[in-house]
Amino acid sequence: MDLKLATIDLGLIAPEIIIAAVAMLILLLGNVVRRRTILAYFGLFGLVAALLTALPRWGNPASGFYGMVQADNFAIFFKIIFIIAAGLTILMARRYLISHEIESPEFYALLLFSAVGMMVMAATSDLVVIFLGLEIMSVPLYVMAAFARHDVSSNEAGIKYFIMGAFASGILIYGIALVYGATGTTDLRRILADWGFFEMHSQLFLYSGAILVLIGFGFKVAAVPFHMWVPDVYQGAPTPVTAFFSVAPKAAGFAALLRIFTYGFADMSQLWAILWILAVLTMTVGNILAIFQDNIKRMLAYSSIAHAGYILVALTAGGDGAVSSAAYYLLAYTFFNLGAFAVITLIDTRNSSTAQIDEMQGLSGRHPFLAAVLALFMFALAGFPPTAGFMGKFYIFSEAIKNGYIGLAIIGVMNSFVSVYYYLRVVVVSFFARPNKEFEAVSYTPAIFIVLVITAAGTLILGILPGYWLSLARAGIFQFL
Amino acid sequence: MSEYLAVLVFLGVGIGMVLFTFFLARLIRPAHPYKAKNQSYESAEKPIGDAWVQFNNRFYIFALMFVVFDVEAVFLFPWAVAFGQLGLYALIEMVIFIAVLLFGLLYAWKKGVLKWV
Repeated sequence: MDLKLATIDLGLIAPEIIIAAVAMLILLLGNVVRRRTILAYFGLFGLVAALLTALPRWGNPASGFYGMVQADNFAIFFKIIFIIAAGLTILMARRYLISHEIESPEFYALLLFSAVGMMVMAATSDLVVIFLGLEIMSVPLYVMAAFARHDVSSNEAGIKYFIMGAFASGILIYGIALVYGATGTTDLRRILADWGFFEMHSQLFLYSGAILVLIGFGFKVAAVPFHMWVPDVYQGAPTPVTAFFSVAPKAAGFAALLRIFTYGFADMSQLWAILWILAVLTMTVGNILAIFQDNIKRMLAYSSIAHAGYILVALTAGGDGAVSSAAYYLLAYTFFNLGAFAVITLIDTRNSSTAQIDEMQGLSGRHPFLAAVLALFMFALAGFPPTAGFMGKFYIFSEAIKNGYIGLAIIGVMNSFVSVYYYLRVVVVSFFARPNKEFEAVSYTPAIFIVLVITAAGTLILGILPGYWLSLARAGIFQFL
Repeated sequence: MSEYLAVLVFLGVGIGMVLFTFFLARLIRPAHPYKAKNQSYESAEKPIGDAWVQFNNRFYIFALMFVVFDVEAVFLFPWAVAFGQLGLYALIEMVIFIAVLLFGLLYAWKKGVLKWV
């Protein structure tokens, strides 16, 4: 053995290795094992194993693979988000896939591969590795969007997502190339360290590169004006896939954005004006367009755009506090948004479902528990106390004010008021609207029940006892790299 | 500015060279066109119909499989060149890489991709 082994510590990427191996085994076993339940639980087992290998690294950040991999708290915090999102999606998806006759082992494998890509994205400070992770994440997602092969709108969603995603990847890699041209490195730590030494003309270069990188990620996290694919893709994709889309790739995109813009490009002061405009546009357009939607998946698509706007506020504010508030918000958002989609997935398992908001009429009479948790998630999305949504927004806006972005905080709060209207509409329809016809019953599975309990508990616990979780998010930030 | 002038001159000379060669060839070459000579394929393949026919989409899967192993070969060459310095670790890494591809091949095989129905 030679000395090179010393710098390559496979333990750093153990979670990624485990999930990738489990996904490959699922692909192979899928041809042999008849009972798909086993495969789904095998996937869950892989996620739990990855979580257990990731957690012990908390508190002792390490760098490996010649600086390409950063296994720090920030990475672990986001890995936890991805694992939770993927695990809950597996649990809620199975019933839906079976009822729509599209279940196959590939679904679980693709989901896990995509999670691996997200983990790679969060656990690096090198632009090229971020791009690599982004592609590993995106390619399975394109397939998953089109997973209902016989459904035209699902096919449309897949193609649309693929074209927009490929376009965004092209812009992103062009931006990375320009950054490399200006600085001679793709390592964010070097860019930050050498900041004072770049000449002026190469700064122009660097700014163009940084803006292209921002646009590339803008597509991925669905920031306005790069959001036009979101409603169609969210509506067309199978509902559990939409649930995953709305949470995990967004968290991954923001993990990369936070690392790039509050760390590597921290000294590029002119960028903050662009981020400011992007945040305001994203919040406002997302919230206003959500008001006019009658399809609940479409409404939540615009709502997810608006939520990307709130997190962009944190990104604009910058600084350790804002980064930790964004991380906290993403964790909270994972719970309540996945929860909302779990309810819709359950209702959508009926083949007659059209996912219209009016279809919720009579939900509370037939399924009081379902209506209650749906109301909880809607309150969380709107930002009512004592839910996690309130605490998340509170931290983000107070960080914005602390850093002098008072105007931005005011616009954010006003947007929250606007959003109350369309979230509460769902609650009103499901509780108080007089039903034209009896609500067609749905049957729970234990798996979906578990998802609902976990997400509801997460929403409440993060809202009522935010201190512990916020301190986790803060610990994740202070050892940033 | 002078650097760009050089690029412009280079561009001009490049285009001029191509035009000049075409012009020269037209001047001195013999011209005896006949029907067989004007056909698309020199390999005597008969051009039937136009190119916008629907291909069997099985070709697509075969092409995909081909690309995978083509890329594998691309990775193997530099690995083989640098193998002397890299040693055992590189061997293990390449075995893992090929094993991953092998998983893919097994999967495709089991799915019946390799069979032409």
